Amino acid sequence: MGKLVFERPIIKKLSSGMPSKFGMKTKIDPITEIDGNLIKDLISAYDSPLFVLSEKIIRKTYQDAKRSFSTRYPKVQFAWSYKTNYLDAVCRVYHQEGSWAEVVSGFEYEKAVNNGVSGDHIIFNGPDKSRENLKKAVLNSSLIHIDHFDELYQLIELADELDKAPKVAIRVNMDTGIYPQWDRFGFNYDNGEAWDALNRIMLSKKLDLVGLHTHIGTYILTASAYNKAASKLADLAAGLERKYGHVVKYIDMGGGFASKSTLKGAYLSGTDTAPSFDDYADAISSALINSGIKPENLPLLILETGRALIDDAGFILGTVLANKRLADGRRSTIIDVGVNILFTSFWYEHNIVPAQAFSDHTEETAIYGPLCMNIDVIREAIDFPALKTGDHIVINRVGAYNMTQWMQFITLRPDIVMIDTDGKPFVIRKKESIETILSQEEVPPHLQ
Amino acid sequence: MKVKKNIAISESGFVFDPSSGESYSLNPIGTEILEYLKKNMSFEEISPLILEKYDVDQITFERYYFDFVNSLQQFNLISNEQ
Ligand SMILES: Cc1ncc(COP(=O)(O)O)c(C=O)c1O
Repeated sequence: MGKLVFERPIIKKLSSGMPSKFGMKTKIDPITEIDGNLIKDLISAYDSPLFVLSEKIIRKTYQDAKRSFSTRYPKVQFAWSYKTNYLDAVCRVYHQEGSWAEVVSGFEYEKAVNNGVSGDHIIFNGPDKSRENLKKAVLNSSLIHIDHFDELYQLIELADELDKAPKVAIRVNMDTGIYPQWDRFGFNYDNGEAWDALNRIMLSKKLDLVGLHTHIGTYILTASAYNKAASKLADLAAGLERKYGHVVKYIDMGGGFASKSTLKGAYLSGTDTAPSFDDYADAISSALINSGIKPENLPLLILETGRALIDDAGFILGTVLANKRLADGRRSTIIDVGVNILFTSFWYEHNIVPAQAFSDHTEETAIYGPLCMNIDVIREAIDFPALKTGDHIVINRVGAYNMTQWMQFITLRPDIVMIDTDGKPFVIRKKESIETILSQEEVPPHLQ
Repeated sequence: MKVKKNIAISESGFVFDPSSGESYSLNPIGTEILEYLKKNMSFEEISPLILEKYDVDQITFERYYFDFVNSLQQFNLISNEQ
C-alpha cells in the first residue's frame, strides 16, 4: 500500500461566526494554469519568478472596452498609453486591434515609430518634450498635446523654422469634484487659463488646433467625474465654434479608469467597486452628445486607457522560499517576488493564490519578498493557506505599470512570457544576467 | 513539553480549551500529532510513525513539526514545563 500524501500539520483559532478584519471568509481558488499552460510547467521552462501576459485577455478586454464606447458614441479611437506597458509585443497587440500610440517621452516616441505606428497616429503628451523631439513630431504630423506656455511658444517658433503648422491640442486640468485634482499638467479650465492658451493658439495662426485633452487622474472610482470633465472640454469646443468658427477634430479624455485590483486600505475588493467600461462610457458619451457642440461637428472621442485594459492580462508566478514565525507569533511566508519587480505592491493589496491544491486551513500571514530590505512587503496581512517551501504562487492583475516601473535591484529581472491566443508561450523580454548589468558598467583604468 | 490536561480534542479535529474558552480546528495530521503529544510522546517517538504512514522525508517533517508545536505554544495549548 502506498503512503498517504503529506500535508503540513496546522492548527487554526476559530472565531465563532465573527467576521475577522478580512471580512467574512472568502474562498481561495488556486490558479493552476494560464490559457492552458500549467504554472509548474511555465516555471520549469522559464524559472521563477516569471511574468506572464495573456494575449487572449488583452484582446478580449480591449474589445469589451471598445464595444462599451462604440455602442454609445459614433466615433471612438483608443490610443495605447505606452508607459503602462511598453513591451513591443504588447504594444503591437494593441496596434493590431486598432489602437494609436500615446507617448510621453522621446524614448516612448521612438518605440512607437519602431512599432510601425504612423506619425499622425502618435499622441505626444507630457511635460518633457525636447526641441529635437518636438521637431521630429511636427515633421511626422504627430498630435502634440501642449502642457505649458513655454512649449506653446516653442511650437510657434518651430512652425516658422520648419514652415509647417504643428498639429496640436492643449491639455486641460480642472475640478471634477474628485481628490486629488491633477493640476500640475496642462492649463487650468476653471481659472480661465485654458481659454487663454486657446486664444493665443488661434490668434497666432501658426498652429493647427486639432484637439482638446484632459487626463483627470488615475484609478478614478467615480464615473461621474468623467461626465464633468467631458462637459468642460465640450464647453471649450463649443466656445471655439462660436468665437472662431473653428471645429476641433477630437476630444481626448486620457486614461484613469480603475482596474479591478484592490487599493491598499480599501475595505471592499476592486472587483466589487471598480465601475465598468459601460459606466465610464455612459458618463462620457452623454456629456458630449448633450453638449453645445453642433451635432454635425461631434468630435472623435479618443481614450488613453492604460491600467484598466491590461491589469487583468498580467500574472506573476513565484515560489515559496521559506516560512517563519514573527516575534508576535504571526506566520510569514517569504516568496521570490519582491517589490523591485512588483512595484504596484506599494499601492495595491495584490491577490495572491497558491498554484496547486492546498489545505483549506488558512491563517493570517505576512507575505514578504526576497530582498534583504524591510520595505519588501508584498502583503502585510492576508488570510492564506500554509504553503511549503518550493510550492508555487500566482499573483494576478499585475499587467499595468510593473513591467515598466520595475527596477533591477539586488536581484535580476525575470523573463516575461506572452501566451498567444492558441495557448503557445513566447518570451517577449529576456531575463537579465550578470552580463546584462556588467555590459553597462565601466571601470576607470586606475581601478582595473 | 506537555499538552494542557483539560483540553478536549474531537476526532474531527475540533479543539476546545476550557480555561480560555477558545476553540481551534486542526487538519487530520495535526489532530494525529496532538493526540500523540497528549500521550506524552516525544518527537523521536512520533517521527517514525509519521514517516511510516505519510510520503514525507525526515527533514521536511521535522521542520513542519516544530512550526506546528510553535503554534500550539502561541495558543497556550502546551507548556514547556516538565
Ligand atoms: C496622459 C495620460 N494618459 C493616459 C494615462 C494612462 O492612465 P491609466 O493607466 O490610469 O488609464 C496616463 C497615466 O498616468 C497619462 O498620464
